[in-house]
Amino acid sequence: MTPDQQPSHTSPSQAEEQSALAAAAKRTRRSFLITGALGLAGLAGWRWLDTRPTVDGIPAPLRKVLDFNAGLSNSYYKNTRLAPEFTRSRARQIRVNGKVGLRGEFDPAAWQLNVQGYAPAGSAPRTQIFTIEQIKALPRTEMTVEFKCIEGWSTIVTWAGVRLSDFLARYPLATRSGQAIADVNQPPADAAPYVGLVTPDEQYYVGLELESALHPQTLLCYEMNGQPLTPEHGAPLRLVSALKYGVKQIKRIGTMSFTDVRPADYWAKLGYDWHAGH
Amino acid sequence: MKVVVEKHPLAIRWFHWVNFPVLALMIWSGLWIYWANDVYRLGWGSTTLLKFFPNSFYQAFALDHKLAKGMSWHFVLMWVFFLNGLLYVLYTILSGEWRYLLPNRHSFKEAIQVTLHDLGLRKEHPPVRKFNGAQQIAYTSVVLMGLGSVLTGLAIYKPVQFGWLTQLLGGYELARLLHFALTIGYVLFFVVHIAQVVRAGWNNFRAMVAGFEIEEVDPRTHEVKAGPTALPAADASLSPTGPQA
Repeated sequence: MTPDQQPSHTSPSQAEEQSALAAAAKRTRRSFLITGALGLAGLAGWRWLDTRPTVDGIPAPLRKVLDFNAGLSNSYYKNTRLAPEFTRSRARQIRVNGKVGLRGEFDPAAWQLNVQGYAPAGSAPRTQIFTIEQIKALPRTEMTVEFKCIEGWSTIVTWAGVRLSDFLARYPLATRSGQAIADVNQPPADAAPYVGLVTPDEQYYVGLELESALHPQTLLCYEMNGQPLTPEHGAPLRLVSALKYGVKQIKRIGTMSFTDVRPADYWAKLGYDWHAGH
Repeated sequence: MKVVVEKHPLAIRWFHWVNFPVLALMIWSGLWIYWANDVYRLGWGSTTLLKFFPNSFYQAFALDHKLAKGMSWHFVLMWVFFLNGLLYVLYTILSGEWRYLLPNRHSFKEAIQVTLHDLGLRKEHPPVRKFNGAQQIAYTSVVLMGLGSVLTGLAIYKPVQFGWLTQLLGGYELARLLHFALTIGYVLFFVVHIAQVVRAGWNNFRAMVAGFEIEEVDPRTHEVKAGPTALPAADASLSPTGPQA
């Protein structure tokens, strides 16, 4: 407003201003109402998602997205990609973080590995029993890799044992026909898609896809940092995989089976990622 | 006289208000994850200035024992955070909004002037534009931080399959630390951002909701006398004053 305007009259520019401000006020109300409504809708959507029936501990819609993520990352997965290895001097003592499956009475001297080979549906599994000597007689692989816990910590450890792929090359229990897996990057069509591992007391159990079981950094392990495995770290035989979080690296393996169906997994049932790594 | 001056396009406002709750939930679910191995601190040797985080903090917000839940939300919402950020960047490129947002050779000097002014150490008000130099640097940095969060996140999510990325970022442990540090960065950004929005006032805040500001213009020429003009900072012809966020 300019000082020379008549107080009782509205100038054209004043009228223009009035209508512009009125329109702006309307637009402001509308925008805030829409924003508020969208905010409430978002909140309701979040509450809805969080209260859906769960699948393995996770609301079903979230589980769908996680399965999509798994499918996507599995399509990028290659067994030729290796975790970095370190010099042995960088290896450290690793904390004992899980005791499930290790609590009961256990006689290491009487221990045997029970392997249930992949069998045609309906037929009895081809069971084969191994002693620790038979496993130690297989080619020994040593690796110094970062052990990663799903909690977020990591420790460099030197592990030694037999590659699961070397074990299966010698004992072809992962295929229906009993043929050996010649190329770990292209398993034959009759190979089992999954491997299940269970402690002797059946209290702890994990499942792996065949691909990661065949990865060159997946071992049936009997040595840690140059020493035989101690009971609390899984003696006489545990799984070690540079691909997977510690939750998958089961201690004190009792049974290993090759299956059609995804094996039960202790932590996956409680809402953790079934793949848990890569 | 007062006129309506368009400030933020609808798309920008959508990106902004989608990002706000999604980033908040990313940080929240990130805290559920971080709790399981909360090792970071500010300090040296045995001296700790600030532990991330004190137990009272977890207890106050019930952040403990939610690792699995945190991972599930984090790996779902990461898509929204990533896609919203990607669309925002594409939009700014295609619409030409990047001209207002990207810092240029004037921005750094101006950012210092703005900071000194806002701290009360400099009387003269820096030029008022849609985004001043400090804003250009802040809003561009936060987009780069977003990219950093996606990359460091990917590096710790699939550290073997994205091993090249993990190694590029200095390894698994460093990538996790960077991922955390970026999160602290967002929180600091948020604190300053809110303070500046409060300082700048209603007109500025409304623009991020309704899109416009109401400005004083010369009734004859309709030339804007105060408030943000639509000048990109590159045309740093210096103009009137007024606080901004």
